[in-house]
Amino acid sequence: MSTTSDSLVSSVSFADVYALARHYRFQWEEAQQCYVLLFPEGMVKLNGGAGEVLKRIDGEKNVGEIFAELETAFPGVPDLKSDVIAMIELALEKAWIEKRG
Amino acid sequence: MATSIQNNGVAASKTNTQPLWLLAEVTYRCPLHCAFCYNPTDYDKHTQNELSTEQWLGALRDARKLGALQLGISGGEPLLRDDIEDIVGEAGQLGYYSNLITSGVGLTEKRIAEFKRGGLDHIQLSMHDITEEINNFITNTRTFELKKKVAAMIKGHGYPMVLNVVIHRYNIGHIKEILEMAEALGADYVELANTQYYGWSLVNRSQLMPTKEQIDQAEAITNEFRKKIGNKMKIYFVVPDYFSDRPKKCMNGWGEVFMIVTANGDVLPCHSARVLPNMQFPNLKENGLKWVWEDSPAFNKYRGDSWLKEPCRTCPEKEKDLGGCRCQAFLLTGDAESADPVCSLSPNHHVITAAIDNAKKPFFQEQPIIFRNDKNSRKIIDGELKDRVADFHALP
Repeated sequence: MSTTSDSLVSSVSFADVYALARHYRFQWEEAQQCYVLLFPEGMVKLNGGAGEVLKRIDGEKNVGEIFAELETAFPGVPDLKSDVIAMIELALEKAWIEKRG
Repeated sequence: MATSIQNNGVAASKTNTQPLWLLAEVTYRCPLHCAFCYNPTDYDKHTQNELSTEQWLGALRDARKLGALQLGISGGEPLLRDDIEDIVGEAGQLGYYSNLITSGVGLTEKRIAEFKRGGLDHIQLSMHDITEEINNFITNTRTFELKKKVAAMIKGHGYPMVLNVVIHRYNIGHIKEILEMAEALGADYVELANTQYYGWSLVNRSQLMPTKEQIDQAEAITNEFRKKIGNKMKIYFVVPDYFSDRPKKCMNGWGEVFMIVTANGDVLPCHSARVLPNMQFPNLKENGLKWVWEDSPAFNKYRGDSWLKEPCRTCPEKEKDLGGCRCQAFLLTGDAESADPVCSLSPNHHVITAAIDNAKKPFFQEQPIIFRNDKNSRKIIDGELKDRVADFHALP
């Protein structure tokens, strides 16, 4: 994670709902075997963890629900919570996602 | 966590290169005559033998299999072809993130609606200035009002508004006003693309090149504006390489991520590669794109860093720029394998400093601009403007 995951105050809370930013597209790429984010003039290849988080950001589920899903899908991963929060913070900072509620 | 691949810079591993960006230069015909066009000056040779619709659709399918994701539909003016709807539709089906790069001439309500249905993701519109006078002068056309209308049409159809403004001496003093215009038009992205000197812009280099002070000021104004506007409008300021100490990592490396299919089917690793001597570029009428990308001698010629000469070969920074741009090295030094003279470590760096000095001299400024048009292209093919072209770069 490139952002500090152990900061005491995070701008992201479990009740927040996020959606992909306007004009961004998220899709699975067979040739690259990874999820990608596509937007005007750019693209981002996402590693497994980042892809799993972004896949669930749909404008409906809140962060807590996303975290619960990931916990079920990937049991026993250490620091999962801070990883999820850090990923969402990174995506916000890069303006890949927007807050909906 | 994520590999950021923004603004034409892509991080791809060497062992696993894929043509992530496909640029389809579907025609070299263009209603505009921009003095800074990067198209080849001999483009008139390539306007009679354009690929058919079927050939383009095949190219899209083949490149997608190789991993292509971002598609630019460019030209010339792509809208001069009447099959862009078919190309857009196929790109949508295949899962490309597709971009129409246009002057706006030929965009109608009917066509834009069809593009939307076909899945076109965005439209990049070229704008030139806030004044009608400079727009019409530099493009050698009367297109100012039309561009504003087209901008509104793009916005009206819910497209992200991506404005591309090529910056040169005639508009660099209007950066603030250009950004204000972009904001007023509701632009989501603005690319302030300082002229790079290839093709027609190299011929017109001394007329177009601003001074170092103008560049610095333009960048400062841009940064100021960026602070004010935040995430609402993303502004890219593409620094002109003549004014840096180090060259750009051209195309993010030869045969690393970019593949360009030109109007007549030639497949190139960069827009202007055809200026390089003793190179034979594959044509998709004869070769499959998989072979072109993976095995063709042209795409392997400058892949990686094993071909580098000194001072690049032992340079600790070589991975940052891979010796810069091959076309620029050839155009300015006569040797395609030498260091890009933009680098201050290049033994030929003086050709760059001389160009910057020359740009200030009235003698060069007063020479007429050679606009990009069929007549001038034929003149260049026939060697008529040889002296003029020779004056402007440092070929031996």
